[in-house]
Amino acid sequence: MTPRTIEMELSTPTLDARGQVRNVPLGVSRRPSESVNDDFGAEHMLVNIGPQHPATHGVLRLVVELEGEAVKRVIPHIGYLHSGFEKLGEYRFYNQIIPLTDRTDYLSPMANNVAFALAAEALMGIEITERCRLLRVIACEMSRIISHLVWAGTTGIDLGAFTPFLWMFEQRERIYNLQEAWTGARLTTSVSRIGGMMADVPDGWEAGLQEFVRTFPLTLREVDTMFTRNAIWCGRTQGVGVMSAEDAINYSLSGPMLRASGVAYDVRKDRPYLGYDEFDFDVPVGEHGDIYDRYRVRLEEMHQSVRILDQALAKLKPGPINVADPRISLPPKSRSMSDMEAMIFHFKQVMEGISPPVGEVYFGVENPKGELGYYLVSDGTAKPARWRIRPPSFLNLAALPKLCDGALLSDVIAINASVDIVMGEIDR
Amino acid sequence: MSAADTVGALRARFPKDVIRSHVVCGQDVVYVSNDKAHEILRWLQEDPAQQFNYLTDITCVEHRDAERELEVVYQLRSLNRKVDLRVKIGLNPDGPLVVRSVIDLWAGADWLEREAWDMFGVKFKGHPDLRRILMWEGYAEGFPLRKSFPLRGHWSRSEQTRQALEANPEAYYSLEELSIAEAYHELPLDVRERLAKAGKVLP
Repeated sequence: MTPRTIEMELSTPTLDARGQVRNVPLGVSRRPSESVNDDFGAEHMLVNIGPQHPATHGVLRLVVELEGEAVKRVIPHIGYLHSGFEKLGEYRFYNQIIPLTDRTDYLSPMANNVAFALAAEALMGIEITERCRLLRVIACEMSRIISHLVWAGTTGIDLGAFTPFLWMFEQRERIYNLQEAWTGARLTTSVSRIGGMMADVPDGWEAGLQEFVRTFPLTLREVDTMFTRNAIWCGRTQGVGVMSAEDAINYSLSGPMLRASGVAYDVRKDRPYLGYDEFDFDVPVGEHGDIYDRYRVRLEEMHQSVRILDQALAKLKPGPINVADPRISLPPKSRSMSDMEAMIFHFKQVMEGISPPVGEVYFGVENPKGELGYYLVSDGTAKPARWRIRPPSFLNLAALPKLCDGALLSDVIAINASVDIVMGEIDR
Repeated sequence: MSAADTVGALRARFPKDVIRSHVVCGQDVVYVSNDKAHEILRWLQEDPAQQFNYLTDITCVEHRDAERELEVVYQLRSLNRKVDLRVKIGLNPDGPLVVRSVIDLWAGADWLEREAWDMFGVKFKGHPDLRRILMWEGYAEGFPLRKSFPLRGHWSRSEQTRQALEANPEAYYSLEELSIAEAYHELPLDVRERLAKAGKVLP
């Protein structure tokens, strides 16, 4: 018996018989008679994502219609966190509404507090003090940084990058410590009041923020190194979820979503409030309108926030934080316990609230997620006749079906992350 | 050109349909008639001198004074001219609350109009998918932001709990979604016809 030998080629032949380079398609080969529908059926598949799902960033529910892996239609469902804040506001004094604003966009509570105080002050015609103005600028920019940090961290996790998330949450923790030292709360800050602030910053607080401003850009540079030229990150984000400038305006997008599409609309520049026009900062604008540009815009915005914080700290001088009008600002507790007049004002403010004149105002600010607008209608009583929140991520999320046009299922997760939603604000 | 000039131009072009205008807290507000509102909004968006290309917000206001009109509020912005304008339509709160949808002008109006319908019961004629958005489909207590709606709702807490427990989980899918799923074949005939007419059913 002679042993049989089998001759076989060990390497894949790269040239065919005619000397042409052979292209071997990757993936499962099919016999020509087979159709995709034999396996999956002709009907489209309906996949339910959420409301309890880590990649939906809160209680968002998406119903996705799939043909294989390609998305045919996305139908978002919201309302799982609806709390009726706008209705509640009609039964509250203006100062009592501020705690409700904490709970809308809970990733940047201080910015919401400040925005509401600004809207109410515009309605009442109150001029705030210089120190209060600068402290509010600091509050807003700190909020922008923590909100963008959460965004970049969680989006990284959605796309498979875990380490930068830890770096960013470490930095976020430092701002949370500063927030806690200032307001006593980490999440529900309620830092502003009509005509002033709940409290001045404690002694030595500025030094803590100065230290943060000095060292935080190092983390941003690390994140930049990890993400910006990372092949996986670029592959998952570039050219995905594209929105043209025209569409972005038509869909009423705002904030980084709008600017990534190339529209330089920033409320701080276009309709300056809190004296933002006297700060030296740039508005980053993307050009492709994809997820990658949204990431670049948000990363750069954090750098710009650091610049603004630096300038605000340099300008910050000692002084009063509340307006001197006793009908608007509560007297110090020690005075209201010893001085008759102060006690009367204290009593009247707590029991009767502050009544603005009859009128209405729409006040828009640049929140981390986009343009946050408070629309207040007063009928002359101490409680607003209507308090409308214009939530930026509500309108940004409304464009999700458009953004997911022609995407794959895995892109839906990335696109949804790039919108930067917070359900507390969408459902209110 | 400021918002005041826009108001002047509006008055010149639509003399009968600009009902009144005023400035409050430095912001211009124009009241327009319901019949011509869509035309006026289209003109504001398309006229090269106006360019109100950005729809900031759509909402409604009902006043505590029951005599006053329920207002539908359009907050517009021109990104190029950096001007804001608020356009309002007054409706009789007891009458039919119907205005024309502006979704053909601004795609962003989609959810804003659904929310106004959900919260105030204002119907937007021409909206392709006007269903509740924050409350669930089949919510039967009314429209929560109306002044006639009590803070705790119309029904007692026990009634609300009972209804929630009895709810059909399938109801959490919209008709549109049921048309995609296998449940389509179990839908009543008239619903299937309605969906087919709207072009929402797969061939």
